Amino acid sequence: MAKRRPMTIAEKILATHAGKKEVEPGEIVEAKIDIALGNDITAPLAINELRKVGAKKVFNRKRVVLVMDHFTPNKDIKSATQCKLVREFAREFGIVNYFEGGDVGIEHALLPELGLVVSGDVVVGADSHTCTYGGLGAFATGVGSTDLAFAMITGKLWFRVPQTMKFVFRGRLKKWVSGKDLILHTIGEIGVDGANYRAMEFSGDTIRRLSVDSRLALCNMAIEAGAKAGLIEPDETTEEYVSGRAQRRPRFLRSDADAEYVEAREYDASKIDPLVALPHLPENTRPVTDVAGTPIDQVVIGSCTNGRIEDLAIAARILRGRRVSSSTRLIVIPATPHVYEEALRRGYLRVFLSAGAVISPPTCGPCLGGHMGILAEGERALATTNRNFIGRMGHPKSEVYLANPAVAAATAVRGRIAHPDEVVRH
Amino acid sequence: MKIKGKVWKFGSDMDTDRIIPARYLNTTDPRELAQHCMEDEDPEFAKKVRAGDMIVAEKNFGCGSSREHAPIAIKACGVSCVIARSFARIFYRNAFNTGLLILECPELVDVTETADVLEVDPSTGTIRNITKDRTFRAQPIPPFMQELISAGGLMEWIKRKGLV
Ligand code: SF4
Repeated sequence: MAKRRPMTIAEKILATHAGKKEVEPGEIVEAKIDIALGNDITAPLAINELRKVGAKKVFNRKRVVLVMDHFTPNKDIKSATQCKLVREFAREFGIVNYFEGGDVGIEHALLPELGLVVSGDVVVGADSHTCTYGGLGAFATGVGSTDLAFAMITGKLWFRVPQTMKFVFRGRLKKWVSGKDLILHTIGEIGVDGANYRAMEFSGDTIRRLSVDSRLALCNMAIEAGAKAGLIEPDETTEEYVSGRAQRRPRFLRSDADAEYVEAREYDASKIDPLVALPHLPENTRPVTDVAGTPIDQVVIGSCTNGRIEDLAIAARILRGRRVSSSTRLIVIPATPHVYEEALRRGYLRVFLSAGAVISPPTCGPCLGGHMGILAEGERALATTNRNFIGRMGHPKSEVYLANPAVAAATAVRGRIAHPDEVVRH
Repeated sequence: MKIKGKVWKFGSDMDTDRIIPARYLNTTDPRELAQHCMEDEDPEFAKKVRAGDMIVAEKNFGCGSSREHAPIAIKACGVSCVIARSFARIFYRNAFNTGLLILECPELVDVTETADVLEVDPSTGTIRNITKDRTFRAQPIPPFMQELISAGGLMEWIKRKGLV
């Protein structure tokens, strides 16, 4: 029997979904889709396309997931109208996984948490941060609304098999350093188009020790280097997380030892400091100490990058018994109803309230300059979100600095960019 | 059929938030989106651009969000073609799916400035900068993408294949 070519995890997942024994980079394949995802911004366009061609049903009523998270609770008449269009479609087509109101969370936190996406899946989402699910060992990629419409109808989509870049992290992380800093470091090294059209695979003992929350945060920002997908091979940590909640049977695939990578990079993770990405690109990374002291008008802790329970835990640890500086505002956004409830149960919400923070319902809100914390001209924010493009959080002449939740909480206490050690003595 | 148009030149990493800011994504109406195209980069762009004009940009055009509103807004404000040093992946795909003509041609980007006049032959990928009197050949379009274009976009392709 002919031996099949060694493959990376990305190639293996695409091969299993294309019904092939092997695939290779550059090849165009038609792959089965496990989950097709849309939100309140992108689903309306997809639904219009789907209706235009006269489709009467979706490929699978359980596998189309619609999450009304960006402008929720609806911020104005237009966004309410968009949601209404999606809601009516969901009812008419019998979509099982339609989320709004008190059930809604930020999509990329919600789907893994509910076990809707599992390891080994091919997921397409009309949202660029769909790559988040690579943290569970899924091949997940962002597409446009027309591609989403196609996937919703046929349950398939064409892909060019990407080349894979490998990033190996070795060593113990310094205190206050998380998955967010590893990806900021990587983007700082390769630039915002350093992985364009490619898959990024993250491995090494540092990655093995990361929590699932941190892995999801890491893969979330693969798109910020232009990547098609970011992946981490599943291990015991993944299995424990996924098995408890999976709504379907996961497939724990790993890269072959002799798989081919277009490029491999190794980093000594023990040398990485908590980082900040300066305006207006995620590649403008510096150690937080380089920009410490920069005055900040608003701090946001939330988003599909860092709005999970681990993120709120670290923020609560720093904010306990302290007050947000009178020169800044802090907005905390639990990413899902479950994260919200857990933060309540653990007493974090009381900590945030006593510190003087605003606690928002789960929503994308200010992350994309939607609502719930928009910046005025000349204002400067530090956020745990993933993009600091011009005008991303409000006025075109406002600024966004990106960082992890520990840096964000410390910055809120100081009213200027601060290393967590400045605030917490140990 | 060759197309001719005047150039608007943009820089590197033109992200989708600059092409169409998220504050306008509460609609899908192409005409409304067109009014805010490139607004945070050049507030007057939507008013100044004329039907047939072309956008020429440096590397990584369309990076960031997956919003299809970006190619839709560009097309709806009359732009006939976008030529860049390179495109971000999702934007590249969306442009084909929505029928916006895009070409990669680093050599042309090197010499082209705002207000130059270009002539593009989409069938051969030949681009002539008439102002500078130079001719270039764009990167070939992958065969599968050509199939999509000749079908008239992804949704037409799906109909043709009888997949609905
Ligand atoms: S939290 Fe921000 S980046 Fe994440 S899905 Fe929402 S808008 Fe996009």
